[in-house]
Parts: sequence; C-alpha cells; structure tokens
Amino acid sequence: MAQSAEHVLDHLELFRGPEYQQMLANKKMFENSRDPAEVERIKEWTKTPEYREKNFAREALAVNPAKACQPLGAVFASVGFEGTLPFVHGSQGCVAYYRSHLSRHFKEPSSCVSSSMTEDAAVFGGLNNMIDGLANSYNMYKPKMIAVSTTCMAEVIGDDLNAFIKTSKEKGSVPAEFDVPFAHTPAFVGSHVTGYDNALKGVLEHFWDGKAGTAPKLERKPNESINIIGGFDGYTVGNLREIKRILALMGIQYTILADNSDVFDTPTDGDFRMYDGGTTLEDAANAVHAKATISMQQWCTEKTLRLVSEHGQDVVSFNYPVGVSATDDLLLALSRISGKQVPEQLARERGRLVDAIADSSAHIHGKKFAIYGDPDLCYGLAAFLLELGAEPTHVLSTNGNTAWQDKMQALFASSPFGHACQSYPGRDLWHMRSLLFTEPVDLLIGNTYGKYLERDTGTPLIRMGFPVFDRHHHHRSPVWGYQGGLNVLVKILDKIFDEIDRKTNVLGKTDYSFDIIR
Amino acid sequence: MSLASTRSIAEIRARNKELIEEVLKVYPEKTAKRRAKHLNVHQAGKSDCGVKSNIKSIPGVMTIRGCAYAGSKGVVWGPIKDMVHISHGPVGCGQYSWGSRRNYYVGTTGIDSFVTLQFTSDFQEKDIVFGGDKKLVKVLDEIQELFPLNNGITIQSECPIGLIGDDIEAVSRAKSKEYGGKTIVPVRCEGFRGVSQSLGHHIANDAVRDWIFDKFEPGGKPKFESTPYDVAIIGDYNIGGDAWSSRILLEEMGLRVIAQWSGDGSIAELEATPKAKLNILHCYRSMNYISRHMEEKFGIPWCEYNFFGPSKIAESLRKIAGYFDDKIKEGAERVIEKYQPLVNAVIARYRPRLEGKTVMLYVGGLRPRHVIGAYEDLGMEVVGTGYEFGHNDDYQRTAQHYVKDSTLIYDDVNGYEFESFVEKLQPDLVGSGIKEKYVFQKMGIPFRQMHSWDYSGPYHGYDGFAIFARDMDMAVNSPIWKKMKAPWKEASKAKLLAAE
Repeated sequence: MAQSAEHVLDHLELFRGPEYQQMLANKKMFENSRDPAEVERIKEWTKTPEYREKNFAREALAVNPAKACQPLGAVFASVGFEGTLPFVHGSQGCVAYYRSHLSRHFKEPSSCVSSSMTEDAAVFGGLNNMIDGLANSYNMYKPKMIAVSTTCMAEVIGDDLNAFIKTSKEKGSVPAEFDVPFAHTPAFVGSHVTGYDNALKGVLEHFWDGKAGTAPKLERKPNESINIIGGFDGYTVGNLREIKRILALMGIQYTILADNSDVFDTPTDGDFRMYDGGTTLEDAANAVHAKATISMQQWCTEKTLRLVSEHGQDVVSFNYPVGVSATDDLLLALSRISGKQVPEQLARERGRLVDAIADSSAHIHGKKFAIYGDPDLCYGLAAFLLELGAEPTHVLSTNGNTAWQDKMQALFASSPFGHACQSYPGRDLWHMRSLLFTEPVDLLIGNTYGKYLERDTGTPLIRMGFPVFDRHHHHRSPVWGYQGGLNVLVKILDKIFDEIDRKTNVLGKTDYSFDIIR
Repeated sequence: MSLASTRSIAEIRARNKELIEEVLKVYPEKTAKRRAKHLNVHQAGKSDCGVKSNIKSIPGVMTIRGCAYAGSKGVVWGPIKDMVHISHGPVGCGQYSWGSRRNYYVGTTGIDSFVTLQFTSDFQEKDIVFGGDKKLVKVLDEIQELFPLNNGITIQSECPIGLIGDDIEAVSRAKSKEYGGKTIVPVRCEGFRGVSQSLGHHIANDAVRDWIFDKFEPGGKPKFESTPYDVAIIGDYNIGGDAWSSRILLEEMGLRVIAQWSGDGSIAELEATPKAKLNILHCYRSMNYISRHMEEKFGIPWCEYNFFGPSKIAESLRKIAGYFDDKIKEGAERVIEKYQPLVNAVIARYRPRLEGKTVMLYVGGLRPRHVIGAYEDLGMEVVGTGYEFGHNDDYQRTAQHYVKDSTLIYDDVNGYEFESFVEKLQPDLVGSGIKEKYVFQKMGIPFRQMHSWDYSGPYHGYDGFAIFARDMDMAVNSPIWKKMKAPWKEASKAKLLAAE
C-alpha cells in the first residue's frame, strides 16, 4: 500500500503503484481488448497520407471540432452590459453547460438563467415558460436588463421571441419599459461567434431602433466618441483593459460595446458580485451617436457592423490585432478617426516590442507553426508569426468560411514566409491531427483541446484561444496592442526554450547543448 | 465553533425555518408556492426529508440542473471506453461535455478507446429542415472507416432529434446488420425530456437493456470461467480513478470484479454483467434501473454500498461480504484491518484541523448523502444538503441513514436560494459544482467541487479517503481566507485617524 497520511498520493502518482498496475492488468481479461499489434498497426496507419486522404474525404462526421454553439456567444456578449442577466429560452441543460464552460475558462462565476422548457413546451410552445421565467428572473435577480437568446430546441419549434416578450410584458412579467433585447441564436447555424454577433446586434437594435416598437427610434446626432467591440475573446479581461488604457493615453472618448472585462474578473473580498462593470444601458443607447465603430474581430461582428453602418457610422474592423503591424494599423485608425495623435508613450512601447522581437527572432525565424481557433484569432496570430519570420503552415478554423479562407490565403501571399502556408475552413482537430503527422510543424498554437494533438503527434502546444481550461489566469494578460504582442512573444519563446531544454537535458548524452545563455 | 454546537436543535430548526421563509419572499406568489415544497428542515424519525423532488424546475431561475443528454452521454454511456459515442445534433452539447467529467480509463485514445474524443454530427440548418437520418448513416460509415477498432457505437440524441422525428432506431438496426451485427445503440436522451439529467440515466439504462442485454443469450458461454465470487461494480464513473480505488478493495477481500459500470468500462464488461453473482451499486440514482432489471430477468441480487470515508467503507465491505461465504467475510475483515493504520494516521493528522467545522452540500447522484459519513469521520458536520436531481427514494435514504435532526434540506436549489442559505449559515465549507464554486469563494467561503473533486481524486476507498481528507483540509485551512478584507477596510476609524 503506497498511500500514507504524511505524503498523500492522488491520481497523479497513486495509480502508478505496482498494486494498481497489477489490478489494471487483471482487468484486461474482462475487456474485449484488441490485439496490441493490431492497435499499433492502426495507430501507425492513422499517421499516413492514405489515412489523411480518407480523413479529409469526411462529409458528415465532425471529430473534435474547434467551435461551440451560438447561445454561448450570446451569453458572453450579454454579460457585457451593466446589470444584465442573460436569459436563454429553451431547455435548461444548455445553460448549465454554458455556465460551466465559461467558469472553467475564466475561473469565475457565470450567471445565466434558462426558461427550462420540457416536453410540454415542445408540444405547446414555450410562451408560458417565457412569461413565468421573465417574472421570476426579474424578481429574484433584480437585473437592469434581461437579454434573451434561444437554444436549438426553441428554434426547432419556432418560438417567436418578439411576440413572446411582448405578451410577457402585457401579462406583467416585467414592466413595459423594462429592457428585454433578444436574438434568435439557433445552435445549428454558425457557432459561438455568430451568437456573439447576433446578441450584440440584438441589444443595439433594441436601444437604437425603438425598443421593439415601444419607443421612437433614436435619431443619430454624431459626436466625437468611438465605439469599440471586442468580439468573442478568451482574453477579454486583459484585452479590453489594454484597449481602454490605449484609448485613455490617446485621449479618445469611447464606449466599449459589451464590456465584459469586469464580470469575468471580480475580486474575492467577501462579496459575490453577480453583475460587475459592463457598458451602461445609457452608453449602449448613446453609442448610436458615435463617430465610428471599431471591431477588433471582423468575423464576430459582421451583422452588428452592418447595423452600425446602416445607422450612418464609419465602421472599421480588425482581425485580432496581435503584434507590431496589426497594432500600428489599429493606432493609425484610431488616430485617423479621432483626429488625436498617437502619444510618445505608445511609440516607446512599440519600440520595446520591436526591440524584443529583434532580440529573439533568431529562435523563431523559419519555424513552422500550426494554428487553430476562431477565424479572427487565427488570422491575427498568423499575421504576427509572419512578422516574426515564422511560417504559419497550417491554419485551421472550424467556424471559418470560404471568405475567411480567401483572406487567409491573401495574407500568406503577402509574405515570403507564407508561400507554403494553407488555411483550412470548416475542418476539425482530427483533420489537424492528420496534417501534423503528414506535414509536421515545430509548434502548435491553440486552446486546451490541443493537448490531445500534442500527445499524439509530439508537436509542442502553445495555449492560446478559448477555452483554456488546463492553465490558469492567461486571460488576465492582454494579447492585443504592443504590450499584448510582447506577452504572446514571450509565450512562444518560453515554449521554444522549454523544448530545447527538454531535448538537451540528458546528462552525459545531449547536455552539451544544455546552455544557460540563450 | 460550529453553529450547531452553540445552539439547541430547536433553535437551529427555528432558524432554518425562518431562513426558508425569508428566501421565499422574493418570489412571485405562484413561484413561492412551488418552491416552498422543495425546502425543509429535517426532522429526526421521519421517513424522508419532507421535500418534493424530481419536479420541473421553475423557469427563469438559475437552476443548477442539467438535462437528459447530460445524464446519458455525460454520465452513463460516455465513459464506456471502446465504443464511439456520437453527440447527434448541433455541435454544442458534445463540446461542453467533452472531457469535463474526468472519467479515467486506460486505452489508446483515438485508436481503440474514445472517451476523450468529441464525435458529433454537427447539425446544420439543412439537417433540421430535411431530417438528419441520412447524415447519421454517413456519420456511422465514416466512423467505421476511420475508427475501425471501435467495439460499438451509441447515438446520443440532442434536442432537435426528437423534435424533427428522426428514426434513429431504424438507422441503428440497418447499419448494425450491414456491419455484421456490430452493437449500435440509439439513445433517446433529448435534453427537453424529463426535468433533469435523471431521466437521461433512466433512458440510458433502458438502452443497455434493449440494445445490449436483449441482443444476446445470457445462458451463452462467457469469455471467461465463472467463479462464485464474481461481482460487478455498478454506478461508479471513475472520476479521478474512483472505481479503481474501490475495485482494489473488492479484489483484496477475495471477490473478482468482472465488470465496471461505466467508468473505464467496455462493452464486453456490459455484456458479461449478467454472469455476476452480485451487482454492487454505488450511484443508486443513475443505475438502480438496470440493477433492478438484472435482478428480475437474470436473478442477480444487488446491494448498495458507500465507499466514502472509513466508517461507511467498513460497513459496506461487511455488507457486501454478507452475500458470500466465510472466506469473503474474513477477507473483508482482513481488508478493514489492513487499512486501519492508514485510517488512523489520516484521522490523526487531519481531524484536529477539521473538528467541528460545518459543511453545506449540493450535489447530484448519491453524494448529498454518501459523503456525509466521510465528513463525520473527520469530525465535520453537514448542516445543509440537497439533490440536484434526486427522487423521493434518495431523500428516504438520506433521512434514514445520513442526516441529523434539523439539517436544512433544499431540493433543486437555485443560485439565489443557495447563496442566501450559505450567507446566513456561514458554513466552513461548501461542496458543490463548478458553477457554484467561484460564487462562494468570492464570498470568502472555502469550496470543493464534489462532482469532479476539483481535478484531484480519487475520493472512493481507503486510498481515496486520504486524498479527501487532505483536500478538505487544504480548502478549509488555506491561509488565503484570512486575507479577504483589505487591512485599511478592517481598521477602525480611530486607527485610521491616528495614521493621519
């Protein structure tokens, strides 16, 4: 017996003990185990070009897709407004999943309610669930706004949110003037980034276009303010704060639309804040008057930006601005739109990032990378890698479309480091596995699920994106702006140096290269 | 100092009743009436905890419950390692349940084992409009081609499947025939069915009955020689390796475990189970259905057991041994004796640090009652408990064997109620799930996830008890809880003035 009170072994060590190993070996006789040689043969076969061809011929099955469903994005956007409770109309299990998923990434509470539809609602529609649900939410959680989205269930049976909310108000669930924006977010269309877009558009439409027919439409009176939209972003805490810092340095008046940076980063001081921070409802309404709206993520905000544009504002979108050029472009756009100068402090920060890249690029130059994640993240990281002299060889986005692919290919064509690079829209991580076996790269960038790829293919994983469940607190540091670029650079370098050390640390064998100076 | 020790039972009862009245005040009248039935203060001697259960959650509240899909795919079927489990429908459900329950297993993932892969038919709008059966056929073919060493496939239905009327049973039958009799199990676990994950467990159990047991002759020759000591572990999902730290005790007492359900389980073990002499059932809620079925159809007795904490472990080992001969009874005593020094050492080390501390629980399955004994072994006291998806028979078991007089009981508690209760009772520890964890930590209350052991474990068995004790100590006695308030906020006005 290996266990002891003084040195408690948990699963990390306990099951490696001989008694457990014996037990697991004994268990095999009851499993219909495959012949180990056969397992080995199939394992090797999955690494071949032949397997890759079959794998890429898949038409129906998705294996380890790198995307989630619409309502998750809707919840993520909704909590970016002051005192807002996301209300998901549909079956309740979904909400349990969204809350868990967000909590596991941010290590924060995630508040959201469901209308808990069951069989009877499937037959008769979910109107009563909406009527009762809004009344309960309003009374219990005292929100300033309830933002409604849907699950696939409500969409399949065709529940009409606009009519339902209207009826609920007539029945007194919430006061007539209480804000209940909504968005239809079927899980069988798009992904979580689509849901973010739809929910954000729903909120802006609500405030700008007459609150679902209960108020006059706002008349735009252009002012000097600029709206900033972050998009669905696992680094929302660090990134939005960095953007605010930059805007303050430049002296720009701004509104962050869906500012969820505080609600996913509340202090531990004895109080649970169900709502914290967020764009005020007044600011959300007044955002119609802004001079322009800048989206940090084009593919997350296509419909929202169309709405903004229709209201007469200039719109500019970026693709997850990481690194020198992307930040340059962002600052130039901010300067152009606001008429404000880029301050010296930011020029110095820029110089420091350039300095850091010059110091370190020898370790990254020519290295091949594979990247997967949301379309904008993939683009932003690939652009940064090209800037570092690296080759983003496979860039895969399960929720990327052909327009994304075209834009990625244009990016590759713009750089001598991009000539052998390929983008893969609509593919999943089982496709990525084939790519990594048949056309190996030096490093992989992606979310936590990439650890299976790292294990199977031996490609070292740099964790970036959403979700990151198995590492802590990365979301608190920015990856946008010059400072963010530095963070990403350090992350990449740390992995490269760790790998060099791991490969050279064998005493008396490989340790001639186990250098202390790099 | 524990609240309970400073007050009489009558006082605690009165205070808890008052708490319930208070939380009900916030609801609209209709909702208050419905919720009142789910909240109570346990009275010793009663046959159950006096709460209604297994009833629809109230719309618009933050229920902690999941859905039938979560019960079937996430709990019962998902851990069967050599089968491919398709999350049939849109992408989300499979994505959110991907790898999150820590059902440990041994196998070559992606080749002959598939637990930590996410297989989905990733429904698009056209699949909803035209039906998804054709796509399912293709999905099955692609699985056969790319994962040839799978020993079977299950189809875990998400909400749209039932709503659009897909005939997944017909597809399963046809493809099974085409693949030479491969086991393909359609499971109608759409998330809108029932009131919680509980119905998903039942549906999943029924699918085992209809699509595994009914497909073969139980009189047939087993793949191994039977012995009089063959048992099956039922209802252990091997969270953090729980089933392993349980199995080792059963084997040490002389039993032979021929199947594990379903953590680290395989289809061969499911098929072998009707050969067991006794089914031993850990999670009653999720697998009593199939245990009862095996009793009726194959005459296999079943008994519940509890491997949390040494008192309950010893009780359970003796109870299990009671179904066998003296050899096994002696074996049970030998095991209890063997581990006694470890138990003594664990209690000697951790009990002084935990004695008198109070705990509030809110979990699923069996844990709202089963872990109470383990806390008591460490000198801790559970002052409130409730089930996410328990039924009346769970509350009966709780009342008769576990909870003390005046314990606060909350069925299907929602965020609002749970926070209010914890705020008022100020327990030293809350044990619940990931959605609750950070809420209570922000409030300054130590917390342990009691669904997934916070990425630690196992907690079952004697080896697990040492980990459980260590984990509770590290949660309750972490130095960080003393740093909750900034010093300048704690300082009295006089001190601040003096500083000026």
